[in-house]
Amino acid sequence: MMILSGDPPRSRALSLILIAIVVVLAITPFVFPGAKPLNVAAKICIFAALVASYDLLLGYTGTVSFAHTMFYGIGSYAVAIALYGMGPSWAAVATGIVIGLPLAALLALGIGLFSLRVEAIFFAMITLAVASAFLVLASQLSWLTGGEDGRSFSLPELLRPGTVFIKDLFGVRINGRILTYYIILVGCAAMILGLLRVVNSPFGRVLQAVRENRFRAEALGYRTVFHLTYANVLAALVAASAGVLNAMWLRYAGPDTSLSFSIMLDILLMVVIGGMGTIYGAIIGATIFILAQNYLQALMGAASNAAAEAGLPLLPGLLHPDRWLLWLGLLFVASVYFFPTGVVGRLRGAPKPAE
Amino acid sequence: MATPNNMTTLETQSLTIRFGGHVAVDGVSCAFRPGELTAIVGPNGAGKTTYFNLISGQLRPSAGRILFDGADITKMTAPLRTRAGLGRAFQLTNLFPNLSVEENVRLAVQAHSGTHYDMLRPWRTRRDLIDRADAILDSVALGARRSVAATALSHGDQRKLEVALMMALEPKVYMFDEPTAGMSVDEVPVVLDLIARLKTDPSKIILLVEHKMDVVRSLADRIIVLHHGKLVADGQPAEVIASPVVQEAYLGIAPGKSAA
Ligand SMILES: Nc1ncnc2c1ncn2[C@@H]1O[C@H](COP(=O)(O)OP(=O)(O)OP(=O)(O)O)[C@@H](O)[C@H]1O
Ligand SMILES: [Mg+2]
Repeated sequence: MMILSGDPPRSRALSLILIAIVVVLAITPFVFPGAKPLNVAAKICIFAALVASYDLLLGYTGTVSFAHTMFYGIGSYAVAIALYGMGPSWAAVATGIVIGLPLAALLALGIGLFSLRVEAIFFAMITLAVASAFLVLASQLSWLTGGEDGRSFSLPELLRPGTVFIKDLFGVRINGRILTYYIILVGCAAMILGLLRVVNSPFGRVLQAVRENRFRAEALGYRTVFHLTYANVLAALVAASAGVLNAMWLRYAGPDTSLSFSIMLDILLMVVIGGMGTIYGAIIGATIFILAQNYLQALMGAASNAAAEAGLPLLPGLLHPDRWLLWLGLLFVASVYFFPTGVVGRLRGAPKPAE
Repeated sequence: MATPNNMTTLETQSLTIRFGGHVAVDGVSCAFRPGELTAIVGPNGAGKTTYFNLISGQLRPSAGRILFDGADITKMTAPLRTRAGLGRAFQLTNLFPNLSVEENVRLAVQAHSGTHYDMLRPWRTRRDLIDRADAILDSVALGARRSVAATALSHGDQRKLEVALMMALEPKVYMFDEPTAGMSVDEVPVVLDLIARLKTDPSKIILLVEHKMDVVRSLADRIIVLHHGKLVADGQPAEVIASPVVQEAYLGIAPGKSAA
């Protein structure tokens, strides 16, 4: 299938799960009432794209970057600062994008050309240093970024909850908020399909060759520093775009929602859980992780109460909602242990060489 | 050297590399001619592989120059030398282990076709690259193994794949580093036939590092001998093999006795 760039899921179970995820995301506004499900669904979309772009680096080229949230943050802050400073207009959105994306691309280009010439560990250290500096910068330049408080802003008229397009469609009021959600859904789907195209292109095949044996790729005539740098730039562009969408959804950009290293850690976990070097893994990883993050606590609360009512010993304490992080941790250890190649790798079965 | 412009020329001038105090290649000056297969012989550790690494750009010399097609390429990076037409098959098999045999060759074909940064179309739509890779695999009798991972091949097949990668680059200069080492007897002819076929093209320079004297005798037009990094003999196969310096230095036979 051309839209999948000739790289289908290659597993019936995986296809079904992916279709289910996409369908549920597409109908969320109609079947799950309330703000929370829509927030969770938007976050899944945004993180699926963000994690897929990280997979381009980690899974396909084998380079470890700690600067991915920085690019995500650049996108978030660019659109937030523009909307905050210029007021809620489309011109402000465009300004944020026109400044944010090239800034992210240039920074990725610079970091790549400077540090991807040598061993991968150097690149990892440089990205760590640059991302830390950026985090400090974002909180220090409070006149611009709002410091620790971040920047809250209003969206253009069209995207506001108060703007109603259809009063009642299948019992749902179609407003600006729902339009924003669908912009995010379509935008993220386009980015993921774009990444799928890139990894299955002749260029993408060279990335895998570099991961496998960079020395040999060079000996074949590939100037690998450029391949790695372009991959870094593409990943940064997608991350920054995801950041733009995230800020527009939250109507806010701050260190905790777009820059912190804990997001970097979440991205790493999602890519590993889903399965590295597959792109599809990003969708699965983001869905599992964000669902767990949002609903595990409630689920445990219910289970704990049920166990208490049934008079079971020990269980109510173990399942207490306050222990949810412990269980989340255990879930990850278990998933990495049982699915070392991620959910996608597991569903695809025994590893076959890439053709 | 008075070679016409369209003919490939390769020359090293006083090429030297030191690793700490150890001089692995020591002032080697040698010009290679198109249509000629030069065998490079010498005992283990003589510097043959290092000499190749200097020519193909994996190592930078401490002193000396490399001239290729009239240009000084001493400072050129390895990928650019490959693109210029220097092909290299490695002594220690050097593949993309988890990619399929076909993909290994296809990547080399793709590199040679100049398709480096095309990211907009799926690789499968470049049927021409896949077909070319398959043809090359057939030429080294690996066609039947095209979809297994390179790492799953037998040692002999990996050696053949190593050669196939170089063939895919269609270079002007072929550098074979012990291509048949460790192969079983029945696998050797495939590679030797291939080299013999390359020899029929009068525009190619072929360099062959080889320990097996019968192979050298049957294929070489010229032999150069490296010993402790120095070029100690250079000439017609018969005369070099018979020379005292080779008898002593390489074959470990006292001068006067004939080579085996
Ligand atoms: N990167 C390196 N660093 C340090 N020493 C090296 C390096 N590469 C090669 N050498 C040394 O240079 C010398 C020549 O090695 P080289 O591999 O060129 O020999 P060779 O003639 O190819 O031997 P063989 O027939 O065993 O393949 C050896 O003593 C080797 O240890
Ligand atoms: Mg050697």
